[in-house]
Amino acid sequence: MVKELPVIYLQTGGCSGCAVTMLNSASPTIKNILIDQLAPGVHINLRFHPVVMAAAGDLAIEALEDTAKTKKGEYVLVVDGAIPTVDGGVYGMMGERNGKPVTMQQRVEELAKDALAVIAMGTCAAFGGIPAAPPNPAGCVPVQKIMELKKINKPLINIPGCPPHPDWFVGTVASIIMNGLPKAEDLDEFLRPKLFYGKLIHENCPRRAYFDEGKFAKKFGDEGCLYELGCRGPITHADCPIRHWNSGTNWVIGAGAPCNGCTQPEFAQELTSFYEKLVDVDLPVVGAYWEKKEGNNG
Amino acid sequence: MAKIVIDPVTRIEGHLKIECVVENGVVKDSHATGNLFRGLELILRGRDPRDAQVISQRICGVCPQSHGIASTLNLDSAFGIAGKIPDNGRIIRNLIHGAHVVQDHILHFYHLAALDYVNVADVASYAGNDSQLNSIKDFINRGALGPFMPRYEGDYRLPPEVNQAAVAHYVKALEMRRIGHEAVAIFSGKVPHSVGVVPGGVTSTPTPDNIMAYIWKIKILQDFVDNVYIPDVLAVAGAYMDYAEIGAGCKNLLSFGSYDLDGKNPDYATRDRLFKQGVIGADLKPGALDTNKITEQVKHSWYEDSTTNRHPSQGDTKPQYGKKDAYTWSKAPRYDGKVYEVGPVARVAMTYAKGDPKMKEMVEGSLKALKATPAALFSVLGRHLARALSAKYIADSLEGWALSLKTGEPAYVEYELPEQASGMGIIEGSRGALGHWIEIKDKKIANYQAVVPTTWNASPMDDKGQHGPIEQALIGTKVKDESNPFEIVRIVRSFDPCIACAVHCVTPKGRNLGQYRVV
Repeated sequence: MVKELPVIYLQTGGCSGCAVTMLNSASPTIKNILIDQLAPGVHINLRFHPVVMAAAGDLAIEALEDTAKTKKGEYVLVVDGAIPTVDGGVYGMMGERNGKPVTMQQRVEELAKDALAVIAMGTCAAFGGIPAAPPNPAGCVPVQKIMELKKINKPLINIPGCPPHPDWFVGTVASIIMNGLPKAEDLDEFLRPKLFYGKLIHENCPRRAYFDEGKFAKKFGDEGCLYELGCRGPITHADCPIRHWNSGTNWVIGAGAPCNGCTQPEFAQELTSFYEKLVDVDLPVVGAYWEKKEGNNG
Repeated sequence: MAKIVIDPVTRIEGHLKIECVVENGVVKDSHATGNLFRGLELILRGRDPRDAQVISQRICGVCPQSHGIASTLNLDSAFGIAGKIPDNGRIIRNLIHGAHVVQDHILHFYHLAALDYVNVADVASYAGNDSQLNSIKDFINRGALGPFMPRYEGDYRLPPEVNQAAVAHYVKALEMRRIGHEAVAIFSGKVPHSVGVVPGGVTSTPTPDNIMAYIWKIKILQDFVDNVYIPDVLAVAGAYMDYAEIGAGCKNLLSFGSYDLDGKNPDYATRDRLFKQGVIGADLKPGALDTNKITEQVKHSWYEDSTTNRHPSQGDTKPQYGKKDAYTWSKAPRYDGKVYEVGPVARVAMTYAKGDPKMKEMVEGSLKALKATPAALFSVLGRHLARALSAKYIADSLEGWALSLKTGEPAYVEYELPEQASGMGIIEGSRGALGHWIEIKDKKIANYQAVVPTTWNASPMDDKGQHGPIEQALIGTKVKDESNPFEIVRIVRSFDPCIACAVHCVTPKGRNLGQYRVV
C-alpha cells in the first residue's frame, strides 16, 4: 500500500519563479517527484498547483477545498509568494466562493490552520522579498506574519531563495518523509534548514582566496573577488558554491556575477544597490556583521 | 443566457479570471481580469538604475531572461552605450535569451497547453515496455491522480496510441526544458532569475569549454523540436482542425523584433534582428515599427480618464476604483489607436512577410502539411504552430552564434552612470512584444514602465470600446458544453498568458500611491 502525502501548493504574490525552479529538479526529477514513489511506499499527491494542474476554475478550487476538508491535519501546505494584505487583501484574489472572490490571505489562513506543516517556498513567502520592499504597494507580508497574526501554531519551514534551489525544497520534503518534521535544532533562527543554509556563501566560495589576498575585480570579466562589485556572499547563507545550480551546471559567482543575497531576510531592500560594495560589514571575520546586526550570539 | 466564470485559469503564469457571457451557446461578451497586484514598477522608483534588471526579472519567473534583457537594453540606451556593446556581449545575450525562449515554448505546449487536447487517462491501457509510460500507468492505477485530475471532460479526440506517445513526450519535454535552462546557466549562472546580463554586456567571458557545452545542449533541444515538438503540434492540429478557424481575434499583429544581429545601430526599432520588427495585418503586408504610436488607454480600467491615451514614457497612474464601466486593473495598450495582438505569431508572421527565406520555408511547409492557408495563422492552432516555429528558428540559430564568439576578447564595456537620462528597451519575450522605459534623475530611477505582452493580449476594452485581443478571440465562439468550456480555455491558453506580467504595474483599490509622470 502506497502512502499518499497530500500537498497543496498555493501561489500567492509571487512571480512563478519558485514553481519553475521546481521543474528544474535534476535528481529526483520533477516527474519522479509528482508521479513516482519519491521514497519507497510514499507518493507526493499534489492536489493543487495552479501552474501544472489539469483543472481550471471551480474544478481547481474544489480540488483545493476538498483536500483541506478530507485531509485535515494530513496535508503539507506549500506557499510560494508573499501575501498581499492592504485593504483586506483585495490585491491578491484566488478563486471564488458563493460567487465572491476569496483573498489569498484568507486562503493561507484557512489552509495553514489545518495543515500538517507549512513550507514557505522562496524569499517572498519566507521573508516578504521583493514585493515587500518599500513602498510595498500591496502590503505584502510573509507566511510567518500571517500565522503569527492568526495565532496559527503549525510547524513552519522557510525555504528562501529567489528562487530557491530545487534541492533545498526536495531535500526538506525528503527529510520530512524519512525523519519526520524537523526539530528545532535542525532550523536556524530564520527557520531555514541548517542542512542547506548553515554556511555563508563566503565560507565556501572558490574566489575566497582572492578576498584573503585582497585581489578584487574592478569590472565584470576581471579575475578576483567580486566583493567590490557588490557581492553579498559574506552575509548570505546558502550552499550555492558547493551545490551549483541547474543540474550542477554553474552558479552566480561562477558566471562572474556578484551574489545578491537572495536567501536573506534583508533581500531586497537592505541589499540594494546590488552593484555597490556592501557597506558597514565587519570583515574579514566571517559572519560578524550578521551577528552584530541581529544581536545574535550563535 | 449563462455566465461562465473561470477563476483561476490554471496552467498559465499568474492569476487570471475570465468571464464570458454565453447566449444560445455563443460567447456574446467577455472580460479578462488579472487578480494580483504587486507594483514592482513602484518598488523600482528611487533605486539605483542598475538594480532594474535584477528587480524587473521578478516581474515574471517564467520569462525572467526576457525582462532582464529588455531592462538591460533599456539601461544601455539610457547610459548611451546601446551601440557600444562588444560583439561577445551581444551574442552571449542572444544565447542566454534564445535557450530560454526555446525551453519556454516547449514548456508551454507540453505542460501548459497539452492537457486540453491529450487524454492522459489513455495511458491506463498502455501495454508496451516504455518504463516512463509504465510508471505513469502505475500512478494512474493507484488512483491518486493529482495533478491530472479533475479536468474538463469530453472533447479528447486523439487515438489512444497518440495520447500515450504525447504523454511520454510530456515527460521527455520536462527533461528538455530543464536542459534549456542548463544552457542558459552556462553563461548566466542560474535560472530562474539569472545574473549574467548587465548593462555594458555580460558578466562572463566566453571560453571554449563553455561554448562546446552550450552547443551540445542546444543540439539536444534542436533534435527534440524537429522530431518531437513540431510533429506533435501537427498531430494535435490534424485532430483539431476546427481550431484553425476559431479564436482569431483582432488580426493585427505587432512585433518588436529580437536577437540582435548588429550591435552598432543604437536604435532598436531599426536594428538588424533575427525576428523582424513591425506591424502586420491579415493581408500579411509588413509595416514599419514606430514606438511613438504606442499609448495606454484607461476608459475601462480603474484609472482616471484624464490619464488616458498616453505614451508609456509619459504614463500617469491615477487610480479610481469602481469607476463606471471599468472592470480591471490592466490598462489597454494600443498601437496607432488600434488593437494589436503580440506573441510568436506576430514575430513569425512579420519575419515571414519580410521574405526571410528560412522562415518562408518553415511557414509554408507546415501550412502545407496541414492543408491550410496563411489565414490559419490567425487562430488557436496558428498560435501553437507559430510558437513551435519560433522555437525552431531560434534553436537553429544558436550554434552559429555560439561559434562566432571570440575567446579572449571582452564581453563587457564600462560606462558612466548618468545624472539624468531616459531610455527604452524593446525585444520579443517568449510571449511577444516587451518594452521597458526608464527615466533617470540624480542617478536614481525617477520612473520605470514596462508594457508587457500579456498587457497587450489580455487588455480590456479601450476608449473607443474596442475589446482586447483575448476578449475578441473569445467573442463569437461557440461553446458546445457550458460545464466543460474547452473552447474558452483552449483559446485563452493559445495566447500563453502571463498575468503576473500584465498586472504588475497597476495600482491597488482606493489607495493613492502618488502620481507618476515623466516629462
